Amino acid sequence: MAEWLRQAWTVARKDLVLEFRTRTALLSAVVFTALVLTIFNFGRDPTAVSALDLAPSILWVTFAFAAMLGLNRAFQLELENHALEGLLVSPLPRVSLYWGKLLANLVFVAVVEAVGLPLFVLFFDVPMGRALAPLVGVLALASVGFVTVGTLFSAMAIRTRFAELMLPVLLLPFFVPPLVLAVLATAKLLAARPLSESFGYLKLLAAYDILFLTVASLLFRHTVDE
Amino acid sequence: MNLAATGRRITLVGLALLAAVYVRALAFTPVERFQGPAQKIFYLHVPAAWSAMLAMALVGLCSVLYLIVKDLRFDRFAAASAEVGTVFSLVMLTTGPIWAKPIWGTWWTWDARLTLTLFLFFLFVGYLLLRGAVVDPGMRARYAAVLGICGLVLLPFIHLSVYLFRTLHPQPIVLKPSSPSLPGSMLVTLLVSFAVFTLLYAGFVMQRYALARERGADAAMGGRGA
Repeated sequence: MAEWLRQAWTVARKDLVLEFRTRTALLSAVVFTALVLTIFNFGRDPTAVSALDLAPSILWVTFAFAAMLGLNRAFQLELENHALEGLLVSPLPRVSLYWGKLLANLVFVAVVEAVGLPLFVLFFDVPMGRALAPLVGVLALASVGFVTVGTLFSAMAIRTRFAELMLPVLLLPFFVPPLVLAVLATAKLLAARPLSESFGYLKLLAAYDILFLTVASLLFRHTVDE
Repeated sequence: MNLAATGRRITLVGLALLAAVYVRALAFTPVERFQGPAQKIFYLHVPAAWSAMLAMALVGLCSVLYLIVKDLRFDRFAAASAEVGTVFSLVMLTTGPIWAKPIWGTWWTWDARLTLTLFLFFLFVGYLLLRGAVVDPGMRARYAAVLGICGLVLLPFIHLSVYLFRTLHPQPIVLKPSSPSLPGSMLVTLLVSFAVFTLLYAGFVMQRYALARERGADAAMGGRGA
């Protein structure tokens, strides 16, 4: 494994060990997801709108908000006792720091989604069928899209005033392309359409991921270095 | 300062020319056959959109330049451009619905281009909010530049994804203004209006830039950041 990637994994493991020892943020995010899914159920008239029509939007709006919660946490952790400065004076490439945070955030989001998806299927009586495997692919691509820009922005947002509010205001416009594409692909998959019909959306999602991974990797050092 | 005075003069000339454009648009340009007088707002709406897009492109360009050479003048220009862009996108977002109501029969529709301009506005506002939430000038410049670059990369993706979304939910009956083949006299009015709005953009930005420079000098030390 390349050196910088190994170092990134060290950062990610540090974050994840911290997270799994306390579990506060993770459990809160899981409970939050379950609550949002519950509340959505009461946000529609079941006699007028069938659950399946709304299901893709509900799933993705919920996951987008859950991802946002996780992102606030990533650098908040490093503010205590000036831990971020410790990381910055260590001989750690900035790219590795960014990718480490990115990986930890991805695991965090993946855990939340792993709990959220079965609940979603249960609550909205979604006929999953053979859609599960491709849907996991959509989940992966869209989550990378959320977390890529989110990790970059959360490094900035924590050092601004009103950090908790600043991150969503900056980030939500950037959630639009992955959200729209994921909703479109999910709708096709749940309607049991052939996979080829959602292939175009997946390609666009992948393009978004790759482009913003590159841009964020290049820009990250400007958010932490003086 | 000299620059502020020049900017003011250019703005005044621009405003006078804007009045002239409307004299030409109302009295010397033929009335559009299908839309009637409602189409006259075209000469305000489209050039405003042009100025807003120009503003965003220059914000992105100055952001890249700032991160390369770390010269605060680029940061000031980007900030000035974003503020002026906010105003122009607001002009576009208010004239749009006024035009849409009589022609499309609705104030608002989630048309791809409309949604794009809405997000352009949100990006400008987020950019200005971020600037307001960071105290240190060097940090503010770096953060704003990161957001400016990401914003510019985002816009094509938003356009594309919203366009795909719309094709899934076709609009009822959208009477599209026939833009491709514009009669000569209308085209001349439009082009003159484009020039006037570019002039107004320059005038506004010059005034705003001069103000930022004075503020920077006022805040002492902040002359050369990062």
